[in-house]
Formats: sequence, structure tokens, C-alpha cells
Amino acid sequence: MSKPKTKTQPKPTPQAAGAAAYEGAQGEMFQLVTPEGTAPQPELLPDVPTRLKLYRLMRRARHFDERAWVLYRTGRMGVFPPYGGMEASQVGTAAALTHDDWLFPTYRDTGAALTYGLPIPQTIAYWRTSPHGWAMPQDLKVLPFYIPIATQYPQAVGAALAEKRKGTRNVAMAYIGDGGSSEGDFHEALNFAGALGAPCVFVLQNNGWAISVPTRTQTRATNLSLRAEGYGIPGVRVDGNDVLATYHVALEAVNRARNGEGPTLIETVTYRVKPHTVADDPSRYRTDADTAGWDAKDPVQRLRTHLLAEGHLTEEQDATVTREIEAEFEAALQVADAFPEPTPAEIVDHVFAEPTPQLVRQRAQIMAEEGA
Amino acid sequence: MTATAPTRTKTMTMVAAINDALALALERDPAVHIFGEDVGVMGGVFRATDGLQARFGAERVFDTPLAEAGIIGMGIGMGLAGLKPVAEIQFAGFLYPALDQVLSHLGRYRHRTRSRYHVPMVVRAPYGGGVHTPEQHADSPEAILAHTPGVKVVIPSTPRDAKGLLLAAIEDPDPVFFFEAIKLYRSVKEEVPEEYYTTPLGKARVVTGGDDVTVIAYGGMVEVAARAAEAARAHGIGVEVLDLRTLVPLDTGTILESVAKTGRVVVVTEAPRTGGFHSEISATIAEEAIEHLQAPIVRVTGFDAPYPPFTSIEDVYRPNPVRVAKAIRQVMAY
Ligand SMILES: Cc1ncc(C[n+]2csc(CCOP(=O)(O)OP(=O)(O)O)c2C)c(N)n1
Repeated sequence: MSKPKTKTQPKPTPQAAGAAAYEGAQGEMFQLVTPEGTAPQPELLPDVPTRLKLYRLMRRARHFDERAWVLYRTGRMGVFPPYGGMEASQVGTAAALTHDDWLFPTYRDTGAALTYGLPIPQTIAYWRTSPHGWAMPQDLKVLPFYIPIATQYPQAVGAALAEKRKGTRNVAMAYIGDGGSSEGDFHEALNFAGALGAPCVFVLQNNGWAISVPTRTQTRATNLSLRAEGYGIPGVRVDGNDVLATYHVALEAVNRARNGEGPTLIETVTYRVKPHTVADDPSRYRTDADTAGWDAKDPVQRLRTHLLAEGHLTEEQDATVTREIEAEFEAALQVADAFPEPTPAEIVDHVFAEPTPQLVRQRAQIMAEEGA
Repeated sequence: MTATAPTRTKTMTMVAAINDALALALERDPAVHIFGEDVGVMGGVFRATDGLQARFGAERVFDTPLAEAGIIGMGIGMGLAGLKPVAEIQFAGFLYPALDQVLSHLGRYRHRTRSRYHVPMVVRAPYGGGVHTPEQHADSPEAILAHTPGVKVVIPSTPRDAKGLLLAAIEDPDPVFFFEAIKLYRSVKEEVPEEYYTTPLGKARVVTGGDDVTVIAYGGMVEVAARAAEAARAHGIGVEVLDLRTLVPLDTGTILESVAKTGRVVVVTEAPRTGGFHSEISATIAEEAIEHLQAPIVRVTGFDAPYPPFTSIEDVYRPNPVRVAKAIRQVMAY
């Protein structure tokens, strides 16, 4: 792809860029690319290959989200919580991790998990409610999507602390929503992480809604990144529809954690333009007008505009990206389609390392009754 | 039911009957307050509180922040101070973050203040499987609550009972957990009195009479038991199906009376097998009516594994009429 037009400046040191990011925490949102695609601080932009990589990852995440809807409607996918419109929030943060780090995603964070490396066939299988999607890859420290809200937060602190005790430089990144940040577990986790210096990055995706409850009903707080202050840890507020910005602050936070400087809370300010799940009807609690303004801030479109304007991407190259992503997904879908259906006895498998006598009997009962 | 004969009835689903009960309670007693996640503007994920906020205002029917410990803990305080809190936990499987408030306080207040304080709270929670919900949305945690001293546990199986039991729960001076089988919300309809009435807590219902076997069930398992009973009847076996309606207080009288008559017992729940409330029922019968038993008690239950989110095999976990019928044959053949 073409050369960058703007001269790439020397990359700021993590600390310096971090300071810039954290200054924004008092209400200002850290942003690198405007909705129009311009970048007022070009010196903070990542290099062009990284920008293109992030673009591709967002397109890939978006494609999964769009295909999941279609598959659901044709009965080939289970209930799925869409994240379309939140790709920058998820992709930019997860892309800041390296392979040996930990990822604790919620049900809404398929885009983050895909970015981190959860294989597409397995991800499809998970949302098809197949045990093949529950079996997490051996070589990846990613947990299944968390359904009970906020429970993952203290666990991420524990994983981060374990890495620290083992003397690695690995970190843990955990996701939560604005609603989830009301749960006690969220607050206990932030406090623990601060007190114990756990190398943890907390991503709080403020997408405006917890099912039907708008953030203003959820909490009196208007700047959720400030919650970090109460626990003595840095909090950053970032434009969650600007992937270069989310990547920037996430990389800062990850580096801080790796360097032994402790946890960070990142609030990504974004919007859930889609329904809560594919089975939800948002017209019961919000109007289309509420959502419309956010289409103009679409994260994929924003980076695309930027890359095209800067000459880093051509329409033909973009079409190639589309084709490649579609082909990758269809191939993955075939793999997922080939996973065998679970057998009834799998219900009682994987409860203990060694099944109890009761479970052995129950398994035999299922085999006898279901003939499988 | 109250003594006066019902004047008018209306066909209602279970969720409509619950909505009706909540509206009547709000109308009748200004102390009643309804709150929880998404219960206000949206009317609940199952629509059980539909229209209530519009009708009774956002002070009496309100959305809380997303925090179950907060919901129960706040409810305790409201109850202590004289209100009638009726909280919704969105799914029974999400009650767990609140268990500290339930186990440490909700169930103990009366005891630990020698009745100076009490918490007249109702906690409604959809529970159980059979509708292909995602992970942890199908749990049946009733045994945890029944094992907690100081809280009552109510689980209706029909629209008419749902309304009467819910109104009785709201009238009750002590904390009541009111579990609603998700599977039944819209699948059953019946004529329900339109006026205010209560169905007393602690009285089981004889669903069908029979002399050969007693099948004991509650909530979502009552219709499963009834279908198995019907099949057995075709084979000349008289099955008495009992719907417990409330686990705490438990109507041992009705259970023992039936067992004395039939001498054979099947207990059905969809909760995991080990340590479930079905075991409590079995033990009670063994202690108090062993001389009547002509066969060992058989439990038909879920398994000692988390409720499977795997759609294609979920139905294996949840007892069905075939499994219950097999248990009936087993106790008959003994
Ligand atoms: C402990 C718990 N309580 C309730 C629920 C039901 N529930 C699922 S999603 C949701 C709203 C979550 O909102 P938020 O945390 O803002 O995340 P978002 O869905 O917007 O990504 C609720 C209440 C749950 N899954 N877990």
C-alpha cells in the first residue's frame, strides 16, 4: 500500500504519550482522528502498517457481526449480542495485547476476542451453543465470554497478579460495560488492582445502554474514567469510535502494566447502535433519532475516510480487503459447520477432573436413555 | 382464594397474571415499590412489569443500576423502614451476586432483632430451562434459598396461582422469593379472577387425583408431571400429581396424606440432583411415612452439572414426561 503523506515523527515515549492521554481524563476525550477523518496530532498516530492492520481487524470484526445477524435469522446461530459500531472500542484495545497476555471478554466482546486471536470457527461455534466453542484454544489465554456481569473483573486482577508473581511481563485485559461498572465486583477489582499493583488493564466500554437503561439512569457520574481516581489508579477517557485513539491509550496502559506501574482504567466512549441482542427490540426504550447521530461517527468508516484521504488506502485495495475477509469467514463457517453435534452425555462431562460416582451413574443413565 | 366468589374472570397467561397482581398491589398499598434492572421503561425483559411505571410513576416503579447486591440490600433497608419492596432479579441465575445480602441479612433480620425489625420483601426471579436461553439463564437455585433460614420460597405453576400467590407473598410480613418458570410465562393460559385475591402460602394443590403413585412437582415441572400422569392413566395407573406451590413453608400434610394413600412416590425437579429440594421432600417422606412406602422413592432431576447452554442437547437435562413416566413404572414395578 502507498506511502504515508505525512512525515512520520519519532514515536513519543510511552510515558510522554501517556501523560498526554491522561490529561484528557478530566472530561475531555482523547481523540486522534476526527469523525471527518482528519488527524490534528499526526505525531501521535501509529505507523501506517499498524493503521492498516487496525483497519483490517475492524473490517473483520464488523463482518463477523453482520454475518452473525444473517446466520441468526436463518437459524444457524444462537442468540447473539451484536457489537457493530463498537469495533474501535474493542479492536483498538485488544490489539494492544501480545500473545502471552490475558483477555477477559464479556458477551459483547466478540470483536475483541477475534482481534486477540480466538479462531473464527470456534467463535461461531460458541454462539451456536456448541461445546466446540466452549473449548478454549490451548495456546491462547482467553476466557469464554462472561455472561454474569462484572464477575470477570476480580478474576482478571488475580490473573494479572499471578503473572507478576511468576515474574513475567504479561498483563491481563478485562472488559465491562457502563452498566457492569455499577456492580460491586467492578469496584472491588479496581481497588484490589491498585492496592496490589496488579498489571491489569480495565476497559470500560461506555456504550450508552445497559439493555433498556441509559447511562444517565445507571449512574449520576458523567465521566466514568474518573472512577479510577477513587482507587488511586490512572483513568483515561477515550473516543471509543476512534480506533487509533483506543489503540494508543491501550498500548500506554499495557506498557505501564508491563513496566510494573500498575493498573489503568480506560473508558471508551461509544454507542450501542444495535439492539442489546439479536432478540431485543430497542424501540421499546429509545428512538431511532437517539441512534442516528452515531452512524456519522462510525468507527470503520472513520478510519477508512482517514486512510483514503491520506493516500494509504485505495478503493481497489479496500475491495481486496473485503474479498479476503469474506473468504476467510466463509472458509471458517465451513469448518464450524463440520463440527459434530454434541452428544447428550457431554452434559455431564468436564464437571470435575475425575467424575464423581454420582456423575458416572448419571452419565450411564443418559447413555441408556438417549442411546448416545 | 378469599371467601367471596370471583365476580369476573379473564383469560391470562402467567406473565399477564403476574403483571395484574403487581398492578393490584401497587393500587392497594402505597408502600409497594417495584424495582430492578429494566423493570421501568421497558417493563422487564419478560414484560412482567409492562406499563406499571407509566401507570404508577417512576418513584414506585423504577430501574435500578445494574447491581444485584445493591438491589437486595436496598430492598432490605426499604423494608426495615416501612415500605413494601418488590424487587426483580432479571434471571434467577443472576441472584448470586446478591447472596451475601440474602444469606447474611435478609433471612436473619427478624431473628437477629427478636422481631423488632423484619423485612417484608418480595424478590421475583424468572428461573428454569426449556426455552434455550444463554449460559446461566436457566438455573434453578430454589434449594439454596429453601436452605436459608428466614426466607420463604414460592413457585407457582399456573396463572391463577401466580396471581394469588404473588399477592399473598406481597402481603406476607417476611421475605419471600417468588420464582417464575420462564417456560410457563406464555405457554399456559387460563381464566383468572380479575379482582384481588390471595392464595395462601404453604398449601399444596392436588393437580390430579390417583391411588397408585404420588408425583410431587412444582413450577415448570408440574405440567411435565401432569403429562406423564396422563400417559400412565392410559395404562391403568392412577397418579396423584401434587403441585407444592411453596417450598417454604412446605405443606407436609398434603404430601403425607397422599403418600399414605398411594405408598409410591416420584419427585420431579429440574435442579441439579445432589442436594436439591427434591431430596428434602424424599427425606421428609422417609422420616414421617416410611411405613406407608411400598417402593423406594424415585427422584427425577437435572444432573450434577451446570444447566447446559448447548441448545441441541438442553432438553436431555430437563426432565420430560418420558423420564417421569419411566420413574412411575419403576415405582409400580418394585
Ligand atoms: C449479574 C448479572 N445481572 C444481570 C444480567 C442480565 N443482563 C445481561 S446484559 C445486561 C446489561 C448490561 O449492560 P452493560 O454492562 O452496560 O453492557 P452492554 O450490554 O451495554 O455491553 C443485563 C442487566 C447479567 N447477565 N448478569
